[in-house]
Amino acid sequence: MRIGVVTFPGSLDDTDAARAVRYAGAEAVPLWHADRDLRGVDAVILPGGFSYGDYLRCGAIARFSPVMAELVPAAKAGLPVLGICNGFQILCEAHLLPGALTRNAGLRFITRDVPLTVANASTAWTNGYESGQQLLVPLKSGEGAYAAGPATLDELERTGRVVVRYAGAAPNGAARGIAGICDEAGTVVGLMPHPEHAIDPLTGPSADGLGFFTSVVTAFAGARG
Amino acid sequence: MARVIVDVMLKPEIHDPQGEAVLSATRRLGFGGVTGVRQGKRFELELDGPADSAALAAIEELARELLANPVIEEFSLHPAE
Repeated sequence: MRIGVVTFPGSLDDTDAARAVRYAGAEAVPLWHADRDLRGVDAVILPGGFSYGDYLRCGAIARFSPVMAELVPAAKAGLPVLGICNGFQILCEAHLLPGALTRNAGLRFITRDVPLTVANASTAWTNGYESGQQLLVPLKSGEGAYAAGPATLDELERTGRVVVRYAGAAPNGAARGIAGICDEAGTVVGLMPHPEHAIDPLTGPSADGLGFFTSVVTAFAGARG
Repeated sequence: MARVIVDVMLKPEIHDPQGEAVLSATRRLGFGGVTGVRQGKRFELELDGPADSAALAAIEELARELLANPVIEEFSLHPAE
């Protein structure tokens, strides 16, 4: 399986995302924000960090980059996409996921390992987990508070599209403790915490995040098998 | 050459921690009469033609598409004096 990792001007975690892809047994394919080309990959990761200075709003300019012109229709057609942190913000700005990420409730940038609870273990990126499983994964963001209207939040909960929640109180004031969500098909997933930083106890707080990457590899093998 | 102003504000129901931080600073400075602060953005767009209804309609589209995120923000626009 070939998984593309997009590098935007300001991306920080594309290298770690590519490493997580390799840990999961897939090939990491570098994709460039200015190329209108997905290089035939089987899934795409939008990594964390920043993009285009995050001027205007986080992800607002990146949404209109050439690579996104290819990615948006491909994602709507079923290509698995994982947006982590800034990547989640881009997916929301691109309307591939509902809602928006707003400034942390306490205004402080939060860098902390946070416990998460898996709420949906049937998406392309979480099928290797069990519902209710606890994960310890780093969170590092200044604008990570998920926000959406009450009707959207109700719909997300009713249809099982909340993928991961902060266990306990949300550190950033996220609505209903939401740390990550998915689209209707369960193939496009976005979350604020960084599973790619938690794939090996040597370099992270746990290996709990690796499941995101092995899940998509399993889903891909199953779809082909 | 006309100019159009676009003001973008967070929707009233969206928490505005920046505005709250500014409010607490106004209290520290002794401006007790200020009871609330909401922080927004102002864009000044330079046009190559007049700010007629077609231009304003195009800018409204731009505001909805790029300058504001309608999920969390609302906007208003008017030609500059």
